[in-house]
Amino acid sequence: MIKAILIFNNHGKPRMSKFYEHYTEDTEQQIIRETFHLVSKRDENVCNFLEGGLLIGGSENKLIYRHYATLYFVFCVDSSESELGILDLIQVFVETLDKCFENVCELDLIFHLDKVHNILAEMVMGGMVLETNMSEIITQVEAQGKMEKSETLTLLFICQSMRQSQASRFSSKIS
Amino acid sequence: MALKIVKGSIDRMFDKNLQDLVRGIRNHKEDEAKYISTCIDEIKQELKQDNIAVKANAVCKLTYLQMLGYDVSWAAFNIVEVMSSSKFTYKRIGYLAASQCFHEGTDVIMLTTNQIRKDLSSPNQYDTGVALTGLSCFVTPDLARDLANDIMTLMSHTKPYIRKKAVLIMYKVFLKYPESLRPAFPRLKEKLEDPDPGVQSAAVNVICELARRNPKNYLSLAPLFFKLMTSSTNNWVLIKIIKLFGALTPLEPRLGKKLIEPLTNLIHSTSAMSLLYECVNTVIAVLISLSSGMPNHSASIQLCVQKLRILIEDSDQNLKYLGLLAMSKILKTHPKSVQSHKDLILQCLDDKDESIRLRALDLLYGMVSKKNLMEIVKKLMLHVDKAEGTTYRDELLTKIIDICSQSNYQYITNFEWYISILVELTRLEGTRHGHLIASQMLDVAIRVKAIRGFAVAQMATLLDNAHLLTGNTQRNGICEVLYAAAWICGEFSEHLEDPMQTLEAMLRPKVATLPGHIQAVYVQNAAKLFATVLQKHEGETDSQAAQETSQLLIDRLPLFVQSANLEVQERASCILQLVKYIQKLQQKNVEVAEEVTALFAGELNPVAPKAQKKVPIPEGLDLDAWINEPPSESESEDEKPKVVFAKEEPKHYRSRHTEVDEKELARRREVRKQEQANNPFYIKASPSSQKVYDAPGVEHIPVVQIDLSVPLKVPGMPMSDQYLKLEEERRQKEKAERKKKEKKKKREKRGKGRKADSGPESEEDITPAHQVDIVTEEMPENALPSDDDDKDPNDPHKALDIDLDKPLADSEKLPVRTHRPEVLKSPAEDRDSKSVPQETKKKSSKEKKEKKKDKEKDRKRSKEEKKKKKKHKEVEEELLESQPEEAVQSEETKEAAAPPTSTSAEASDLDFWLSSAPVPPAAAQEVTAPSSAAAVDTSSAAAPESEPDEPKDTEPEDTKSSKHKKKKQKKEKEEKEKKKKKRHHHHHHHGDAGGEDSVQNGTVEEEEPLPPMSNYSLLAENSYIKMVYDIQGNHQDESKVVVSVIFENKSDSFLKSMEFNVLDSLNSKLQRPEGAGPHDGLTVPFQLPPGVSNEARFVFSVQSIVMPQKLKGTLTFIVKSDESSTHEKLDFKLHFTCTSYLITTPCYSDAYAKLLESGDLKGSSLRLEGINMPFHHLLARICFHHHFSVVERIDSCASMYSRSIQGHHVCLLVKTSDQTVSIDAKCDEPSLLGNVLDEIKQTFSKC
Repeated sequence: MIKAILIFNNHGKPRMSKFYEHYTEDTEQQIIRETFHLVSKRDENVCNFLEGGLLIGGSENKLIYRHYATLYFVFCVDSSESELGILDLIQVFVETLDKCFENVCELDLIFHLDKVHNILAEMVMGGMVLETNMSEIITQVEAQGKMEKSETLTLLFICQSMRQSQASRFSSKIS
Repeated sequence: MALKIVKGSIDRMFDKNLQDLVRGIRNHKEDEAKYISTCIDEIKQELKQDNIAVKANAVCKLTYLQMLGYDVSWAAFNIVEVMSSSKFTYKRIGYLAASQCFHEGTDVIMLTTNQIRKDLSSPNQYDTGVALTGLSCFVTPDLARDLANDIMTLMSHTKPYIRKKAVLIMYKVFLKYPESLRPAFPRLKEKLEDPDPGVQSAAVNVICELARRNPKNYLSLAPLFFKLMTSSTNNWVLIKIIKLFGALTPLEPRLGKKLIEPLTNLIHSTSAMSLLYECVNTVIAVLISLSSGMPNHSASIQLCVQKLRILIEDSDQNLKYLGLLAMSKILKTHPKSVQSHKDLILQCLDDKDESIRLRALDLLYGMVSKKNLMEIVKKLMLHVDKAEGTTYRDELLTKIIDICSQSNYQYITNFEWYISILVELTRLEGTRHGHLIASQMLDVAIRVKAIRGFAVAQMATLLDNAHLLTGNTQRNGICEVLYAAAWICGEFSEHLEDPMQTLEAMLRPKVATLPGHIQAVYVQNAAKLFATVLQKHEGETDSQAAQETSQLLIDRLPLFVQSANLEVQERASCILQLVKYIQKLQQKNVEVAEEVTALFAGELNPVAPKAQKKVPIPEGLDLDAWINEPPSESESEDEKPKVVFAKEEPKHYRSRHTEVDEKELARRREVRKQEQANNPFYIKASPSSQKVYDAPGVEHIPVVQIDLSVPLKVPGMPMSDQYLKLEEERRQKEKAERKKKEKKKKREKRGKGRKADSGPESEEDITPAHQVDIVTEEMPENALPSDDDDKDPNDPHKALDIDLDKPLADSEKLPVRTHRPEVLKSPAEDRDSKSVPQETKKKSSKEKKEKKKDKEKDRKRSKEEKKKKKKHKEVEEELLESQPEEAVQSEETKEAAAPPTSTSAEASDLDFWLSSAPVPPAAAQEVTAPSSAAAVDTSSAAAPESEPDEPKDTEPEDTKSSKHKKKKQKKEKEEKEKKKKKRHHHHHHHGDAGGEDSVQNGTVEEEEPLPPMSNYSLLAENSYIKMVYDIQGNHQDESKVVVSVIFENKSDSFLKSMEFNVLDSLNSKLQRPEGAGPHDGLTVPFQLPPGVSNEARFVFSVQSIVMPQKLKGTLTFIVKSDESSTHEKLDFKLHFTCTSYLITTPCYSDAYAKLLESGDLKGSSLRLEGINMPFHHLLARICFHHHFSVVERIDSCASMYSRSIQGHHVCLLVKTSDQTVSIDAKCDEPSLLGNVLDEIKQTFSKC
């Protein structure tokens, strides 16, 4: 089981957090800080696994992380997950983000938190890996994106027609 | 109204959206909190509006703020509002917010039940998907209970996207509502074979997660997982399954034996490191679980170790880390194989990555031996010096101590060396582990009598140099060692060279800066030293020195009397008064030494930490009963001081020592001596113990005496190094001496023994430098050996410890929303409960049979069987309890055949599956005949009523030709068929056919293990490879059949790059992956090492099923031997019989009757002559080979039913009289029927 997925930047600012067990907001922040503290002091060329008495779950759990440019992607998992498998999963996640945002950077994650969550929801559900096939994930994300777009388009259309009618009313008043 | 909404959305244009909020926060870096609080106010305003778009926007912003750590639970109700929007866009925002901040305590959750149910059944798959995703995060027990049935329905949704999500969320539902597990499990199991890989993977995921917590309930799934493992190519799924097997093997060693081969193949063939690593891990788990050795046992270990070495040597730090991790697992059971890689491990200690260093340290712990301990510790000591001021150094320190002290100091040959290591460690500043070192010093000094003299000398030096350690007392944990030093010097003061000097050192004013508990020990032990000094001087009749000592104490002790620490104060004042009194006596020239020494007389013995707990309560003793009437208030006050005193003592001896008075001690000592005398395992300090050490004269070995006045540090070389050198010299000398002796006493007993060892310097050869008497820890008499580990009672997974093989009871159905009361009895339940009595009987007969078989083979197996039998008995009892209600139900169905419950069938299946594997073919052949004969005997005795039992005679051609492998296949097939059956039960539960339920259907052949029957027939064969195949309908798709082909490598070479190709006909086509041309072959997803077989499945689409078909095909493959590789091919003809389009489908007699009455069916008939097999055997054959099920059977007449994949009904009426069998058949497709009958005829003409 995956216990939590955290994304934060080089300064420890959270960019996305997903906890699959309930914690209070304070504890969540504490976990993020503690995790950042552990992860950030590690060199670039050391292994990507960390054990340790964390707030989440205790010693059975492991932190598996990857560092991309300004962002850390950290998965907190228990012993039922394969370490190398999770590393691959992080890679898939990042590549998917890259595809969906077209050259993803930190700013994309900052401004589109909801979208990141939606992408993640197609990969991991309730702490269990749902899908690892990138093209399948992207297909589903895009299909949902299209649905959203069509809904907002109809809304915009209504707005526009409203405006036009208002404008015409306005012009008729003038005339 | 519409206008209002539109107006709202225009307003929205002016609202801040998420991007604006983020931008705003970034622009207000200084006063972020203030800015956010104004934003929250705005959000509150927005939430008050009616417009859902505005609300959704607000909720979206709240989700962001929640991530930043703001509590947004106050908006829970608004989130629910947004969730219930009809627009997907908003719904998704709502569910996301809910998944981030809802939890079991959120009260509005109960409002969501209906909304979620509506979304789950939405025609839009993404509505359902979003609801499932959200639910997975905030499902509560109530939600789980109310929605379990809806989600279960979704597990069979047409869209794989929904199916996989529904399967996955079931795990959460199980956790919150454990009652749902049993009803949902059959369907979950079914999903393991879902055509969509995503759904399959989800099902594997869930079952693995369930099985990890309660593995024993899932053992019966092992064959299925085994099949998946050999057929799946999805690495994710493979990893999960392999991990699951790792959890299962400890429960069933036979499973492990079966696994070794495929896992080894995978290790050889896979290129994915993750998969390789998990395979190695599971092989290790298997090897650990196998207590007894197996032939290629060491080969597997070697393979693992070798692969791990490759990982460790890899430049990728991750692989290195994992390699070390897995290595430590091997270490526990096979230390020898790891020890050869010591160089590599030691190398890892120099790694720059701390995680890797720590892993390497863990490994070292298990790698030490008597031979290399000193060397390894020396290396570690070097690292300690290098790692100045890091937490890693502390880790090193504890590891050094762990390594040395493990299993009762087993590997230490020279305790003087160990003491000096400990003393060296005290030089570390700022370590947290002072108390660890201290406890080691105490432990060694107490338990190794021979070392006391040396230890005391070292401790005296430590005390003398105490100022080194006390520099910054409070934060320096190392001063704890002074506690040990003081106690050792005091307790064993008779070994001190100059007790006066030590006493002096202990009473220095600087001591007052030490922590209180250490000072207390100083004071107490100063008194002990005082006693020793007195005694020494009394002999010399030199009263002057003794009096000086008293004076010293009287001068110094007042400092401690003033101590703020209660303990120190109390002890100091007691002792001060005592010394004053003694001084008085001394002045009168009274000899006091003996009396003073008596204060501290008596020997200490180590007591096991759990000893107190393990004292059994004597019979008839009630600890809660009052011995006297409850004491009055005044009495309790008298006891108080005692309590305080009693508390001090254990603290000193690290709670190892319980307080006992002098007499009791003496008595105990007597008892112990007696015991030790009677205990053959106790190593006595008497001369006879020399034998134990196998050294014919340890006393003669010159051990270089170390001058005790040598200062702590030898310039240029730390002290322990000296020992290393000395030790080496000593060993060499010893060796030389031994050689000499051996030459002299040739052919002595001992010489023989040693030759067998033959190693240049094996473990046994190294004799300890000291006569070491490691005092074992004392345990009370008849201590209870049980060491019950405490499981966490709060573990949510405990609730999921449910026997899944038991039949479902009526009460266990999932709650379904319905207004009508359920009138219909579920057929499955009815049948299951009915069959119980017979079932148990059969089970026991089967058990007997198996036991017989086992006795012939080996005793060990039969033991297991017995265990199992016990278990079955329990089941039996359980089942018997439920009998009364069955009696009522069974009346109407007296003559009906009782289909098996899955319990027995699966349990025995598993047994069979497992036991069949390791038996060599020849043995299997031998065994089957008598055992099946036994089966006939026992079962006919047990079940005299004329039941349609399975054919019990072994089919000779099958047993002889197919050996054990075929049996396995058959079992697998049965397994498949069973599953199919279950599926159909489901249809009856949920479909509309449920109204016609009856108890009379079911296939006969599963009632008892059948004699080997196989539907696999030969496809093609040459000198390299043999292919057998079986075709089955795919009940999910009416135009598809699955061809399972087993490839068996008959050669000594490696077969790879196998490609399976078929020339499609108009009617039947091989399903090829998208993008492949119509003539492309399919790659077989595995390679075959010599002698290995594996199964692959190919899907064919068919249009018309009324005629049998033949397809030509070719298998191409590369034969790779050591020298060469050649391209080979093998042609074959796939024969699609009409039978293969039939699916075993149960039918109830009412429905059957209606079907026949309807008149839609055309008839045909068949006569078979000269059939001399029992009727039930005949039925079993038809059932098995032609996928029929028995609807009803009366004497020598039976009705049978089957259905084709395209829904044709096929009904048979089989009658027999005097070797003649007549079959009247009806079907809505005459040509199909004709072909099926032809095939049945063929089946029986063969035998």
